[in-house]
Amino acid sequence: MSDVLLRARDLRKHFPVRRGLLSRASALVVRAVDGVSFDILPGQTLGVVGESGCGKTTTAKLVLCLETPTDGSVEFEGRPLGDLDAAGIRGYRRAVQAVFQDPYASLNPRMRVGAIIAEPLVTHEALDRGTVDKRVKELLDFVGLPARAATLFPHEFSGGQRQRIAIARALSLSPKLIVLDEPVSALDVSIRAQILNLLTDLQQQLGVSYLFIAHDLAAVAHMSHTIAVMYLGKIVEIGPAAAVAKSPQHPYTQALFAAALPSHPDEAREDIVLPGEVPSPLAPPSGCHFHPRCARALPRCTTQAPALRPHGDRRVACHLYDPA
Amino acid sequence: MNASTAVVVAEVPRPSARRLSSFPAVPVAILVFMVLLALGADVLAPHNPEVGSLGMRFRPPAWQAGGSTTYLLGTDHLGRDVLSRLLFGARVSLVVGFTAVIVAGILGVTLGIVAGYLGGWVDEVIMRLTDTWLALPALTFAIFLAAVMGPSEMNIVIVLAAVYWTRYARVIRGEVLSLKEREFVRLAVIAGCSRLTIMRRHILPNVMNSAVVLATLMLGVVIVTEAALSFLGVGVPPPKPAWGLMLADGKRGLMAGYWWLTVLPGLCIMFLVLAANLLGDWLRVKLDPQLRQL
Amino acid sequence: MAEPLLELRGLSTHYVSAGGARVTRAVDDVSLTLERGRTLGIVGESGSGKSTLALSIMRLLPPAARAVGGEIRFEGEDLLRKSAVEMRRIRGKRIAMILQDPMASLNPLFTIGDQVAESLRVHEGASRPTAWTRARGLLEAVRISAPAARMTEFPHQMSGGMRQRIVGAIAVACEPRLLIADEPTTSLDLTIQAQYLSLLRDLQRQHDLAMIFITHNLGIVAKMCDAVAVMYAGRVVEAGPIRQIFNKPAHPYTRALLESVPRLTDDTHARLPAIEGQPPDPSAPPAGCAFHPRCPVVLERCREQAPPSVTVAAGQTARCWLHMP
Repeated sequence: MSDVLLRARDLRKHFPVRRGLLSRASALVVRAVDGVSFDILPGQTLGVVGESGCGKTTTAKLVLCLETPTDGSVEFEGRPLGDLDAAGIRGYRRAVQAVFQDPYASLNPRMRVGAIIAEPLVTHEALDRGTVDKRVKELLDFVGLPARAATLFPHEFSGGQRQRIAIARALSLSPKLIVLDEPVSALDVSIRAQILNLLTDLQQQLGVSYLFIAHDLAAVAHMSHTIAVMYLGKIVEIGPAAAVAKSPQHPYTQALFAAALPSHPDEAREDIVLPGEVPSPLAPPSGCHFHPRCARALPRCTTQAPALRPHGDRRVACHLYDPA
Repeated sequence: MNASTAVVVAEVPRPSARRLSSFPAVPVAILVFMVLLALGADVLAPHNPEVGSLGMRFRPPAWQAGGSTTYLLGTDHLGRDVLSRLLFGARVSLVVGFTAVIVAGILGVTLGIVAGYLGGWVDEVIMRLTDTWLALPALTFAIFLAAVMGPSEMNIVIVLAAVYWTRYARVIRGEVLSLKEREFVRLAVIAGCSRLTIMRRHILPNVMNSAVVLATLMLGVVIVTEAALSFLGVGVPPPKPAWGLMLADGKRGLMAGYWWLTVLPGLCIMFLVLAANLLGDWLRVKLDPQLRQL
Repeated sequence: MAEPLLELRGLSTHYVSAGGARVTRAVDDVSLTLERGRTLGIVGESGSGKSTLALSIMRLLPPAARAVGGEIRFEGEDLLRKSAVEMRRIRGKRIAMILQDPMASLNPLFTIGDQVAESLRVHEGASRPTAWTRARGLLEAVRISAPAARMTEFPHQMSGGMRQRIVGAIAVACEPRLLIADEPTTSLDLTIQAQYLSLLRDLQRQHDLAMIFITHNLGIVAKMCDAVAVMYAGRVVEAGPIRQIFNKPAHPYTRALLESVPRLTDDTHARLPAIEGQPPDPSAPPAGCAFHPRCPVVLERCREQAPPSVTVAAGQTARCWLHMP
């Protein structure tokens, strides 16, 4: 593949926690994203999995420019976001859009569907009514909704249909990247396949890239070309989707995929039950954040945080794979 | 397979027929009735409300001894027809009431949205202003302003709006704080909309429900305040009829037994405020259960 | 053969709204059995009636709902004929229930210890010290670390996984025969869910507990259940032992559902066989078989008549005209 579309380099986002009335600079910091690097290639999907507090939502916000990084950078088509002025950010917004989890909260209940879909378009370009309407019809067609949907209000649609409207809106400016944050979790099971198929078709037809965040491992594995597994703000394993799903290497990834529910009662799966809770991002364990719950922890793991190193077809952050 | 024919008694007694969210016909009827009376005052009023004949002072209502059908509800201390004054007074109360509520609403909602959405120092400034304003006793402040600005209908509207905008600002700001976390607002930011556009297109329409409910509830308060101001002599200037003014004038007749001079305007105020409040309550439950903390 | 622990015969629950004008058949003529110590999964999407079914068994329906017909035979007795007082004695003691949101299930103003002990005090009349000691033992049994310390803490100090385990402890406190779990793991992280499910299985073995799992997730059913009932628009469209249903689903809905779910073992990026249309509005279901607008093998008959439940294999029933002669 040619140029990288989006590159995150050592991305960090720390949130200071204020204690008391006097907001002194306190030592308490939530390291929501703590040194994350990945590439998204044109026309491909990067899937991100992880549990509560792993930082995947914050990473999405950094990619969407809803938050500014504490350190590190996001480069889009070679240019760092930090360097962009207001006009540059506007240009960025043309190319990067989002679809969120809750189809009932993603659409302004007081706007007609046509206006909702057209909003990104009319914000960036001064087009006449006719052109806008035509584009809206085209987009509705893309997502499998009838043209007359444009005159209706969101409440007249089901959850699955609303998510299609949200996707149509995200496509209105022909973006290069769409951030999908749990796009099907709030939908009925029988509808999910429809929406996943739609997303796959759109990627094939339009060449759009996806940053796909979900907790349903099978859906992520199905949709992604690359999977990144996050734990407490760091990526612990990142590699080709099929490989990571079939033979995970990091102990956390192994436990995570083992915890995924089977699709058949006879599906043999190694039962790895992790002890303890997911630690709070306010006080992550020293060294490798995963070591308190890891069955194969080495003495080294308590003191030294492992770096994300290449190992075969992927990169893993684990001392077990580090010859040093 | 389904052999059981047992019909089971209901789990709980049937819910009563009159449910909470049935349309409030009575309050709406009262309000509509009053609006119609006010509109038709020119036609309906039998006499000139501002000029009386001194020979007919303190006439009781028609059904009492000494009353006559010429003056259906009696006359006041200047011989003016009470019915006519009530009808024209309705105009004043309703016009002043509605206008003040709307002006206060525009001011309060705007400031609430700006404070809630922009946050930061803008929010701080507006909220401290609101807090200070709220700490002032409304009536005293209204009296002060009215005394400073002089009596006139327009001034009263300004006074009332200036006193009551804060009620809107607080509540609307609270709603905006939770609204701006909603995904469709985030998506508007991602789409590249300016903050002004977001406030106008996404925030404002979604707080209108609350604003309308607030307005109906404020209507009662405003009308009572206007009546109080008139009662205290700093409201609508005489001889223009206003219900509060009628109450003030009428109190001198209480001891002498001229009950209709106070009871009738009092009843009018009461019904109007009651209707507005009942309507507001129903609207509040109907449109937005989140407002229950009011 | 011993009598089943729970037997539903033709159970129906209707919601009446708009002053009697609208009747929603939330649960329509449902018949199921559950043996002691076994696990039954009830699978359905939104509007399928699965949660209403759970509430009907517990007789915890909201005022707008009426159980209009059928029987709920629990340990030989018909629960629908029990008085309110008798039901209160059964709930918590012989049948327990856990819900999806553990935060909503726990009272934020009382300590963990108080809440776990409450069940013991109400149903067994245990004294405060006895109940307190047993509560601590229960917290240990559900694998809460440092149980003694937790007893005096409050729900907001616990994580989601811990809260769900506390709710589990309250549920099994009085050694019920049946536990109904309504989407108990939907709000939990994957690894926490794995812990929790493993805990439930151990509890089940130790206490000879029968469980009903209400879920939309076929994976949970595959992992935890011995038998499954698939609900659609208030009716059970298919029921039977778990392997039979997964290997040879008789109803087109079950089959389509199983095929449409992405699998980890799949080839990635292949298109998923999706079901057309959307789940029906429970207050206005389609005529005849409720699934017919979406059914890939619909017959003319399906549009007009709702099929009865027939036995398609040993222990497996389905409501489908395809299986009728």
